[in-house]
Amino acid sequence: MAGLTARHGDGPGPQVRWPDEPVIGDAVVGQRGSDSAHPPGAPALGAAEVARHAVRLVVVDPAGERPRLERFAALPQLLRAGDVVVVNDAATLPGSLPGRTAGGQVFELRLAGPVEAGRLLGVLFGEGDHRTRTEHRARPPRLTAGDQVTVAGMTATVASAAGRRVELVVHGSGDALWHALYAAGAPVQYAHRSEPLALWSVQTAYAGRPWAAEMPSAGRPLTWEVLLGLGRAGIAIASLTHAAGLSSTGDDDLDRALPWPERYEIPRRTIAAIAAARARGGRVIAIGTTVVRALEAAAHDGHDGQGQGGTIRAGSGVATLRLDGRYRPRVVAGLVSGLHVPGESHFELLAAFAPPDQLRRAVALAAAHGLSSHELGDACLILPPQLPRE
Amino acid sequence: MKIQGQGALVTGASRGLGRALAELLAVKGARVALVAREAGPLAEAVAEIRRHGGDAHAIIGDVASKQAIHRIAGQAQGAIGEIGIAIHNASTLGPTPLRLVLDTECEDLEAVLATNLVGPFRLTKVLAGAMAIRGAGVIVHISSDAAVEPYPRWGAYGASKAAQDHLSAVLAAELDGTGVRVLAVDPGEMDTAMHAAAIPDADRDALQRPAAVAARIVQMIEDERRAPSGHRLVAPRWELR
Repeated sequence: MAGLTARHGDGPGPQVRWPDEPVIGDAVVGQRGSDSAHPPGAPALGAAEVARHAVRLVVVDPAGERPRLERFAALPQLLRAGDVVVVNDAATLPGSLPGRTAGGQVFELRLAGPVEAGRLLGVLFGEGDHRTRTEHRARPPRLTAGDQVTVAGMTATVASAAGRRVELVVHGSGDALWHALYAAGAPVQYAHRSEPLALWSVQTAYAGRPWAAEMPSAGRPLTWEVLLGLGRAGIAIASLTHAAGLSSTGDDDLDRALPWPERYEIPRRTIAAIAAARARGGRVIAIGTTVVRALEAAAHDGHDGQGQGGTIRAGSGVATLRLDGRYRPRVVAGLVSGLHVPGESHFELLAAFAPPDQLRRAVALAAAHGLSSHELGDACLILPPQLPRE
Repeated sequence: MKIQGQGALVTGASRGLGRALAELLAVKGARVALVAREAGPLAEAVAEIRRHGGDAHAIIGDVASKQAIHRIAGQAQGAIGEIGIAIHNASTLGPTPLRLVLDTECEDLEAVLATNLVGPFRLTKVLAGAMAIRGAGVIVHISSDAAVEPYPRWGAYGASKAAQDHLSAVLAAELDGTGVRVLAVDPGEMDTAMHAAAIPDADRDALQRPAAVAARIVQMIEDERRAPSGHRLVAPRWELR
């Protein structure tokens, strides 16, 4: 499978590296694109923030039934006993960090992945804030390897730089770095919001380690009311940790190559829960595309190294998988996602799970009922009745 | 629960019972995040654990502040990874000498509730979900006999601890079956700075050492059978094995 590689192992955490160059002209799509301009001719979805208890759900059956509208809270009744729901438990980082060059030029560094051993991997933005659309921001200062900068109040050395993509190494102990990140950083902000978002607003109800550059937002409406309801309905719940990266950089060439390689970790109990579900004829339902990306990347790196049979094993790896309508999922049968309109990159990846005409009908239904798109909006559930092919 | 290999967070960890708990958890092989307001005593507690080969990390923060909660949880999980044990030990008496309820300022009661009740609630809200989704975890609320006995002048503190006991019991009921165990523990009277502030003329020799109480609490964390979720346990009556 072209465009899909993953390294796997139980040793020290794998290193995430930038792709050599953004691939342009290939069927490469961004996965959590939300900052992109509204495509012309697409039905309009709302932009209001929806409280997590009040999220609505468009249910899409790829086999041809008309999409229908439900409350997200009805999820336990929409799935079947024996299914397994897999969530991404990565907490959202305060990934927007203030910085300054030795010459006094200010910039914003947006982390693109987890922080390890003092390494900060991210994208530079110029002067300005989230109220300016990312594509209209001033150009950031040009950094080159060896430069000294200040980021989140700490001194750092530029280890590598490729245009706006940089890797900084911070001087100081791990505890001091974590303190600085949380003291100076804020979660990545969105242009559609006037009020700044606090970390409280961008965490799922089961967030653990801070690995995500932006919220794995498909899980936002999963309250404990819903999660415990799933358990009572005989639906298993399992977790993995996937370092969700940036949804947008404001640069078309960079955005076309999103998502970049992302680190993931799948615990043994999750592998066991998936195997048990499959053995009893249950379906694997992914909460968000980051879960799809982790599970499908792990399946590709199955025990025989050929990805045959969709075998997945526990451990950590780096996912470079990109999803679009040509991709055939090996593990994941159904998907909960935010709402996206035709033309958005995210819409294309949902086509791996349902035909585009079904997705267009779903968007029309959502628009007709005033549902909201984006990270803090409503959701859709693509739920095929049959098992994924072996 | 086996302590070895767990990530543990302890609030109020720079002195007294919190520090003793952090030290013992580290000795038993946990990676420990110590949370306290004052940088100096906290750094000293962390350095002492590290001198003995333990894995300890300092997090400066006030659990009474809503803005501090995600910072505390994020820094802790950044430093030590997944958290399997959370001990709500940070606590305040309010102004001392302790006052009668009718002499207690409204703001002083609110401040006591912020530290002793709302803080633990917020931190649990941020930490317990990840435990429940993984199917394992222990949350300990440090209580007091003032939560049960209506001692004059202990109104603000006693009310906060009684409320925390109830929060602990309801959490345990709601998380039943998830693998997360929730306990409230009355440590009994200990020779600590807090005890000295409340009862300056106490006979210190008659008080328990914090390390002895910590040993009992750590055994409660280990022994699911004798310390079942939802229970309120009294440390001096706990039979150490």
